[in-house]
Amino acid sequence: MNCKKEAVVLMHKYMDGELHKEEERRLRDHLNTCQSCQNHFHELKRATTLVKNTSPVSAPKNFTANVMNNLPKEKKRKSYVRYLQRHPLITAAAVFFILMFSGIFSAWNQDQQVTVSKQENLEIRENVVIVPEGVTVSGDLTVRNGDLRIDGKIDGDVTIINGDIIDGEPQGEISDEFDNSTLRAYSGELTEVNQIYEWVWYHTKQFFTELFAFGSDE
Amino acid sequence: MESMIKQKIKEVKKGDQSAFEDIVTFYQNKVYHICLRMIGNAYEAEDLAQEAFIRAYTNIHTFDERRKFSTWLYRIATNLTIDRIRKKKPDYHLDAEVKGTDGLDMYSQMAADQALPEEEVESLELQTYIHKEILALPPKYRSVIVLRYLDELSLQEIAEVLEIPVGTVKTRVHRGREALRKRLRHV
Ligand SMILES: [Zn+2]
Repeated sequence: MNCKKEAVVLMHKYMDGELHKEEERRLRDHLNTCQSCQNHFHELKRATTLVKNTSPVSAPKNFTANVMNNLPKEKKRKSYVRYLQRHPLITAAAVFFILMFSGIFSAWNQDQQVTVSKQENLEIRENVVIVPEGVTVSGDLTVRNGDLRIDGKIDGDVTIINGDIIDGEPQGEISDEFDNSTLRAYSGELTEVNQIYEWVWYHTKQFFTELFAFGSDE
Repeated sequence: MESMIKQKIKEVKKGDQSAFEDIVTFYQNKVYHICLRMIGNAYEAEDLAQEAFIRAYTNIHTFDERRKFSTWLYRIATNLTIDRIRKKKPDYHLDAEVKGTDGLDMYSQMAADQALPEEEVESLELQTYIHKEILALPPKYRSVIVLRYLDELSLQEIAEVLEIPVGTVKTRVHRGREALRKRLRHV
């Protein structure tokens, strides 16, 4: 058996309690014939015994008290955040209603610019988007924060967010035909979205993102 | 005992700061001991051990309760201490350190034929010498030796504390032991 490469490796395995029966026998046989390895083994065991038997130490006096005094103060804000983190459903509901009845709600109603997905040949008059007579919009049209009046035609879907579709000025017999869906002024689907809930939900989600970002910074 | 600690951790997570006191009381000696044997200076060891507990407290919500708390806590303590050692000193070289004979002379004189009386092993002087030899080990060997022989952790636990593979732990324990063997053979 090679002393350095094998015997010493087995000694360490022995000390870590990982020696198999067969290896143990081989090590024992070698130690019986090799004085140098015997010394090595003895020194190893002695060194670890010395290290192990050093007396245990105790932490300094008042150690616990010092740690407790140096802990970050349990802040009001922090426990509030912790409460919210632990009760996501209650929080979601609360935030939703707070936003519903507070600033967000009025923000929704005020300062909303009329936007429209297409500009060509359209008129915008005081929050009303008008498709003038004789004009045909080809493709889908989206109006946000305004009403839509179609005097001409739209060849596609109409989406109105936070607004209504309003009838054009009555034009004699044609107005009767307007009731007839086959003769409506747009060819595709009409979707009206009262987006306030989505709007509030968007802010609720925003709040949550910040809440948890704040928590993980602690 | 683990279940008492688990309960306390739950209370701390719920925001009860005072529950942390029992955790500190229970682990303070172990954590302080690890820091002291690795850093070698009582003042710094106290500072590091305190910092370890404070970090454990502020990060308690990241502790996975299915794991062993002591492993997690020791990891914080050893990481802090290893960082501190790195900032203090350049690099250690195991061979250079092992070959060094500083402080050995006095002890080599009492070596060999003159066996040490039992109480001598417990003498303060010898203890100080042994601790000095542990401290002379490069930090990566020192940390495994401290955890293995002063805290009697298994190789697997050491691997978890230091977040290194068990194979690496074995190699380091092996080399650390060889280094100590050479340094303590004359004691
Ligand atoms: Zn041999």
